[in-house]
Amino acid sequence: MEKPVLLQGNEACARGALMAGCRFYAGYPITPATEIMEVMARDLPKVGGVFIQMEDEIASLGAVIGASLAGVKSMTATSGPGFSLMQEHIGFACMAEVPCVIVDVMRAGPSTGLPTQPAQGDVMQARWGTHGGHPIIALAPSSVYEFFELTVQAFNLSERYRTPVIVLVDEMVAHLREGVVIPEEGIKIEERPKPTVPPEWYIPYSDPGTGVPPMPAFGQGYRYNVTGLYHDVRGYPTTRKDEIDPLIRRLFSKISRDFDRLQWFDSLYAEDASVMVIAYGCVARAALRAVKEARKKGLFVGLIKLKVLWPFMRRTVTKFLESSQKVLVPEMNMGQISREVKRVNQGRTEVVTLNKVDGTVITPQEILSKLEEMFP
Amino acid sequence: MREPVHLIHKYLRSSKKFPHIWCAGCGIGIFMNALIRIIDGLDYNKDDIVLVSGIGCSGRLPVYVDFNTLHTTHGRALTFATGIKLANPHLKVITVMGDGDAIAIGGNHLIHAARRNVDITTFVINNQIYGMTGGQSSPATPYQSVTISSPYGNPEPDFDISRVVEAAGAAFVGRATVYHTRLLDRLIGKALKKKGFSMVEIVAQCVVFGGRRLGLSSAVEMMKWQRDNSIAVEKAEGLSESELKDKIIIGVLADKDKPTYHEEYERFIREKLKI
Repeated sequence: MEKPVLLQGNEACARGALMAGCRFYAGYPITPATEIMEVMARDLPKVGGVFIQMEDEIASLGAVIGASLAGVKSMTATSGPGFSLMQEHIGFACMAEVPCVIVDVMRAGPSTGLPTQPAQGDVMQARWGTHGGHPIIALAPSSVYEFFELTVQAFNLSERYRTPVIVLVDEMVAHLREGVVIPEEGIKIEERPKPTVPPEWYIPYSDPGTGVPPMPAFGQGYRYNVTGLYHDVRGYPTTRKDEIDPLIRRLFSKISRDFDRLQWFDSLYAEDASVMVIAYGCVARAALRAVKEARKKGLFVGLIKLKVLWPFMRRTVTKFLESSQKVLVPEMNMGQISREVKRVNQGRTEVVTLNKVDGTVITPQEILSKLEEMFP
Repeated sequence: MREPVHLIHKYLRSSKKFPHIWCAGCGIGIFMNALIRIIDGLDYNKDDIVLVSGIGCSGRLPVYVDFNTLHTTHGRALTFATGIKLANPHLKVITVMGDGDAIAIGGNHLIHAARRNVDITTFVINNQIYGMTGGQSSPATPYQSVTISSPYGNPEPDFDISRVVEAAGAAFVGRATVYHTRLLDRLIGKALKKKGFSMVEIVAQCVVFGGRRLGLSSAVEMMKWQRDNSIAVEKAEGLSESELKDKIIIGVLADKDKPTYHEEYERFIREKLKI
């Protein structure tokens, strides 16, 4: 058994990235994500990696994508304003199918907002921030250990599906310090699929059946074209509708075919709950306490903590919506995941929201009071 | 020099459907021809070359040539190129951009890549106009010029791209026009061989929109204009500002030996971490 260490959320994220095999980091300083950069600047060179501070967040994600195309697992981390700037290249990484990880430590917005205070306002931006319809994966840790674990998994998913993966964390979890046991082994690390055919047989964007084409690194002899334009299976720009349609549908289906594998959640007292709380990030911590207190008062309340926000876990959430009379969705925004809950609910059960947008966290007492109101 | 047919078969992608997207008489083709010619003479392995572009007419260049090619976002080619070079320093990383691409939307990336002295060779094809979108003024469009987006005359002064990049710290800066093909060849070769950030600004004609601006109707007329308005940097020395007004100063504008970003990064780590 390894000894627990006291780690800050952002530090745990960097540790997870290094364990996942990240060897390139490009970033731009921004509160409250800077400690991730700090650890990477210090520790990447020790393991043979490269760190660079770029001139802005657009450049940071550009460099990350470039390094990934050269065969190196790469990441960046930022907060709201920087995340806005990165949207252009998130779209590029989706379209060109370049694995990369983007950590967004959510602070209160819009605009410069509240740089040092937590919020959960970037949920919809993570989903729809870049232009054009596209698939996206976003994970939401609620503890220091989860921030470590989900950063590793973000790399795994990005390599497996050749797609950008976003870790959406709030400032509270990012700056929280907890004792955590970092496992030295036992965590599976995944690598992007590589071509097994010689270069002259290689067709860069043809579907091998999994929806995820093999990806060589620049310099390995597979000289191919990468573009953000719609492209044919060889990677060359196209405007042919019989080439455009299959490409965008494959980008979606390579992830949607695996929806069953992306139902990551924790539940508590779900079996007999008549009211379910659906929460994520730091709010899930307050909700856990509130649910335990409610049980002591004899209220049949349960909790689902979402670890995957995108693609939205329709299958999981629907199951709990069917088994309970009411659900409560507390969030530190004006209602972003609650919109998704209402969408999949389709009128089955009553969806109650609790929205806090004053730059402070939702407390267990606030959730408990709301729960008590929900029991007539 | 190898036969053109040999170069075509060796460097142009047979799997890519031609014709290319450029208009007849466009200067970009002359540059692409020169680039292939010089690369062939330098005996690089095609597998080691990464050609990165931004958006615009010049952005389409990598699609046609048989290297590792990357067509990025508008203005951002150098950010991707920086990541590639640092992730695998063995690769020969080359970027191609247009003037709007390089110094308007990508201006910040250009000056910082030059400042860091990342070992990348950059070619900026300066046709002084946004061609692909239909002839709007760029930061390289001369003062008073009438364009689609400056119908009453361009109220802005233009950037001297080469001087900006030189001031930002590039190891090598040169300028040629596509008329001066032998100089162009020489500068491309020097830039490719130079360690550190090297840039060649290539003054080229956009026959359709640039020609309209200048009142010239053919590639030949525009290339004569390049010939008549250029002056070698050696001859320009000592001439007054008014004598050099509207002149294109061509030749090697800066050539310095300095450590690259990667060399400095590695050196500091070796010294401090003893690895």
